[in-house]
Amino acid sequence: MKEHTRSAPGSTSTAAAIQESSRNAVPPQIAISTNELTMAFGHGGARRTIIDAMSFQVRQGEFLCIVGASGCGKTTLLRLLAGLARPTGGSVEFMGQTVLEPARERAIVFQDYGRALLPWRTVGGNIALALETCGVPKDRHDGRIRELAATMGLSHAIDHYPVQLSGGMQQRVQIARCLAQEPTLLLMDEPFGALDAITRQGLQDEVARLALERGTTVVFITHDLEEAIYLGDRVVVLAANPGRIIEDIDIDIPRPRNQLTTREDSRFLAHRHHVYGLMEGH
Amino acid sequence: MTGRFVGVIVPVAILLAWEGLWHIPGARMESLSHPVAVFQALFHGLLDGTILTSTYQTFQAALLGFAIAAILGIVVGVFLGLAPSVERIVGPSIDAMRPVPSVALIPLSLMIFGFGVRMEALVVAFACVWPVLIITVSAVRGIDTELLNVARVLQMTMVDRVRKIILPAALARIAVGLQLALAISLVVAVTVEIVLNPRGLGHGMMSAQQAMRFDQMYAQLLWIGVVGWGLSYLGQAFLDACSPVQRVSRIKGQQ
Repeated sequence: MKEHTRSAPGSTSTAAAIQESSRNAVPPQIAISTNELTMAFGHGGARRTIIDAMSFQVRQGEFLCIVGASGCGKTTLLRLLAGLARPTGGSVEFMGQTVLEPARERAIVFQDYGRALLPWRTVGGNIALALETCGVPKDRHDGRIRELAATMGLSHAIDHYPVQLSGGMQQRVQIARCLAQEPTLLLMDEPFGALDAITRQGLQDEVARLALERGTTVVFITHDLEEAIYLGDRVVVLAANPGRIIEDIDIDIPRPRNQLTTREDSRFLAHRHHVYGLMEGH
Repeated sequence: MTGRFVGVIVPVAILLAWEGLWHIPGARMESLSHPVAVFQALFHGLLDGTILTSTYQTFQAALLGFAIAAILGIVVGVFLGLAPSVERIVGPSIDAMRPVPSVALIPLSLMIFGFGVRMEALVVAFACVWPVLIITVSAVRGIDTELLNVARVLQMTMVDRVRKIILPAALARIAVGLQLALAISLVVAVTVEIVLNPRGLGHGMMSAQQAMRFDQMYAQLLWIGVVGWGLSYLGQAFLDACSPVQRVSRIKGQQ
């Protein structure tokens, strides 16, 4: 077994990870924070503010969901957090440092997996792309690829090309590639928006499990309020025109959550009513 | 006759008519020669090696020029595709040079290199570089921004970005430019030989014409058609084999 050669967060068992993350939670360290983050496009009269002075903090190991209707700047916000775009005002800080450029520690799962995978590389090759650029020695690639593929349920598809896979499988490949970066922060931009309900629910549970096991901080963007409540430790609700935070809610539902029982839980339903009302009201 | 071979009807009919015309008293034109003589001349030319030597010389210049153009066009094209600000500066100069007929460069090239393969290759390279360059620039521009974002998030080095993302993503379109350039290379090489360079198939045709050996002239013309087709076919096969995207679309097609 190569278990012992794996680096820190991935090697711990589920139980140890839960213990560790709760231990970490005692002095809650901030993974990423925004301060009066503002983004506007255009000039003069055509200037439109997409994101208006958003300030929030995400603790290490926290699963934060950002929910909002279309047009509230969700995707722009995620790109600012990743460092793919520079804000026109305010700042993003990651582990105390101002974010100016993208970095490997902040992996991003793009919504459109079809555009984010290299079509000329197999599943294994796509995962290898991250290993190559992260400087993992060549002789360890095969082992890591098999491991990550197994984690994401892709073991049988390592030699397949993305075009040969279903949408859900392609999104798994993208997540596997992001995990290969060994990120401390995982940014997800409506990753399951294009998938059917059953596939979406399966992937929701897997991402929740992985984040918990690895102690990865996750910022997950969605327009589906139930998905946000189901996955999040916290849900930030956005309103549009201009995009701004209208509420920041702690989700007090214990993990692991269950697609049937959690969604029938009275707390879940109460949050659903509340967030639905917020989104309707704006 | 099956569907595959119906395309043969027209050329066979023309050959028969051409041969027939030769045998009608009074209709014969010496400068037209006739197919039997042409095929005989081709056979002899191939057998005694003269046509093969000329073919080698023409291909040498055409492929040398093509290779220079391909490398230059792809390298500069990738650079300009990635640096729109530079492209805005040199773009007008490129647009001004592009319409210059390549054969107009013959006097200059002759002055630099004298007769021989190098002067011919330079003219070929000048003609071939534009399609490669322009298609490469637009291919690099056309790469999905999300793929480039993946490279940015992974903090890939510029060399890795070009090697692992940009070239593979643009190769299918660059291949179109290379295919165009390959066809142009043979045209320009033969032209330079016909105009003045004393080597290759172009020069062979001119010599035959001046010696009133019309059978040899047609034989070489026919031969150029054959090798031109062969070159384009092999080029396409090579590019298909190299192109990662083509490979993937073949896999998809098999499903």
